[in-house]
Amino acid sequence: MAIFLNENSKIIVQGITGAEGTKHTQRMLKAGAKVVGGVNARKAGQELDFTEFDPDAMLTVYGSVAEAMEKTGANVSVAFVPPKFTKDAVNEAVDAGIELLVVITEGIPVHDTAEFWAYAQSNGNKTRIVGPNCPGVISPGKSNAGIIPADITDSGPIGLVSKSGTLTYQMMYELRDIGFSTCVGIGGDPVIGTTHIDALEAFEADPDTKAIVMIGEIGGDAEERAAEYIKANVTKPVVGYVAGFTAPEGKTMGHAGAIVSGSSGTAQAKQEALEAAGVRVGKTPSETARLMREIAASF
Amino acid sequence: MDLMEYQAKELFAKHGVPVLPGAVAETSEQASQVAERIGGQVVVKAQVKTGGRGKAGGVKLAEDPAQAQEKAAAILGMDIKGHTVHRVLVTEASDIAEEYYVSYLLDRANRTFLAMASVEGGVEIEQLAVERPEALAKIPVDPLAGVDAAKAAEIADAAGFEGDVRDEVIGVLQTLWTVFTAEDATLVEVNPLVKTPDGKIVALDGKVTLDENAEYRQPEHAAFEDKSAADPLEARAKEKNLNYVKLEGEVGVIGNGAGLVMSTLDVVAYAGEEFNGVKPANFLDIGGGASAEVMANGLEIILSDPDVKSVFVNVFGGITACDAVANGIVHAFELLESRGDDITKPLVVRLDGNNADEGRRILDEAALPLLERVDTMDGAARRAAELAAAK
Repeated sequence: MAIFLNENSKIIVQGITGAEGTKHTQRMLKAGAKVVGGVNARKAGQELDFTEFDPDAMLTVYGSVAEAMEKTGANVSVAFVPPKFTKDAVNEAVDAGIELLVVITEGIPVHDTAEFWAYAQSNGNKTRIVGPNCPGVISPGKSNAGIIPADITDSGPIGLVSKSGTLTYQMMYELRDIGFSTCVGIGGDPVIGTTHIDALEAFEADPDTKAIVMIGEIGGDAEERAAEYIKANVTKPVVGYVAGFTAPEGKTMGHAGAIVSGSSGTAQAKQEALEAAGVRVGKTPSETARLMREIAASF
Repeated sequence: MDLMEYQAKELFAKHGVPVLPGAVAETSEQASQVAERIGGQVVVKAQVKTGGRGKAGGVKLAEDPAQAQEKAAAILGMDIKGHTVHRVLVTEASDIAEEYYVSYLLDRANRTFLAMASVEGGVEIEQLAVERPEALAKIPVDPLAGVDAAKAAEIADAAGFEGDVRDEVIGVLQTLWTVFTAEDATLVEVNPLVKTPDGKIVALDGKVTLDENAEYRQPEHAAFEDKSAADPLEARAKEKNLNYVKLEGEVGVIGNGAGLVMSTLDVVAYAGEEFNGVKPANFLDIGGGASAEVMANGLEIILSDPDVKSVFVNVFGGITACDAVANGIVHAFELLESRGDDITKPLVVRLDGNNADEGRRILDEAALPLLERVDTMDGAARRAAELAAAK
């Protein structure tokens, strides 16, 4: 089954004509994802030849998300638009009622993110937003919406949710012989759409997922809240990893949301909260993979 | 980016939040001139990005310009919790009848904005929130609706403002909201907001944090950057668009992806426990591309750090292919040599993931001096720590 994304997902790319949009459309098609079109109001009507990557992929650029959905039946959009246009792109996709919107863009002002999140809420929260500043969602062997490399591993029983892109790839690689149902990169910004809790809830309900890896990092209290959620609601085994034990207070560590403020947002507090919820937390990515391997031995 | 008090007050004044007349001074002579201009009693306040300035002796009252000069001379150069004072704010002195608190901030957990207000200001707000939570009103603010007069009244009433003060505070809450949104701030705080004995409401102290992601539409914010206080290596890294944070350790770290680099720092610190407690010397995320030039710039910064004894390059090839990274490292060595920078510190390189075999072959073939290849993250961190401890 997988979560959020499956073999029937039909994907459009907002910003398909940009360098990143083009490159990752190629990669998604190569990975077998059904990319069915693109959106760019200024280039509407253009036909783009991606047949080198998928023989069916002569893709039309549509003027709006609504038009692209109507003509192609798309239910997923991946946005590769520059920060200054992202808020409008998200609002447009929300207005069109797309089911899943993956926002890859890094560097969006947090006021814009707060506004588009509020807009999505006020429109009935029908669109699942993943990101921003995230690598996207992959259900290996089924579909790929975003920039997560598809050739690291195949499908399997582990679900993964992570704030970090490269740690997602690293963990997929460490456990590549076991495989993953879905990997969700939720992003490293202070305000994000889909949270650890949303992914945990979906993995708990997904019959194909037998165990979950949860990767967090310093900043905010999303991990602490996820720990409470796990304690009350998750019956599947969860293994955790938290990055940033050595991060100094008050410094942003690469991700806009990765900052320890005063005594809040520390890796130590997150680890303790997870352990108190019965989650086994690895000291390093490879130890985390070992903990998952022990659990997977009983599958 | 956190602003200093005088910068926060510049933004307050720009958008109509009432502040007392004053100006910043970098020398005691300038402080005297500002005091002269203001006339009467002034306060000389150390400008550093930390609390507890008053207790540390960084805030002094002066009766006249001569005294302002004397106080400024004593405060300039002071060390307050590790922050050297390079500037003082000289501002009109004010008597205080009452002290309040108002702020807006980003509420990460609820993915919205939050207004906080209290009629008991002047104390550490974290302390008030713990000791007397009922005295601190917390009202969510819808980012789309913002703060109009009605919303401001809701906040003021929740905090218990009454009478004439209520009206004044409603005004302040609206102008402060303008500071928050127009300047792309993630925090605007007035503590204390005071009522003077003659009934005036003024922002006596302020804190503002600006969103660095909004720099592209806030060009004037660049002027707020405190170049004198920045670490020289961080300043150089910023010029080269590198995502670098200086830490206090001996193992230089370069990696791709913020999460992986944070994780690398932790793994180095664990490994260092076995080797005289060596620690990571920096955070440096070279991102996805990992071109030769970016790698060379990163290595140049790290190798020029006198604290660095060894370097750990940790790359997981996801989108980036390891052969491209390996070529980047080889070319980075050539670039550094052509710039006249000798590589005198040992490097440990771990390449894994996309095209790792080819990447490793390229490194082996190049046989770069002082470069060792270790193929696991934990093993490479251990080796880098060992090399740093042996120096």
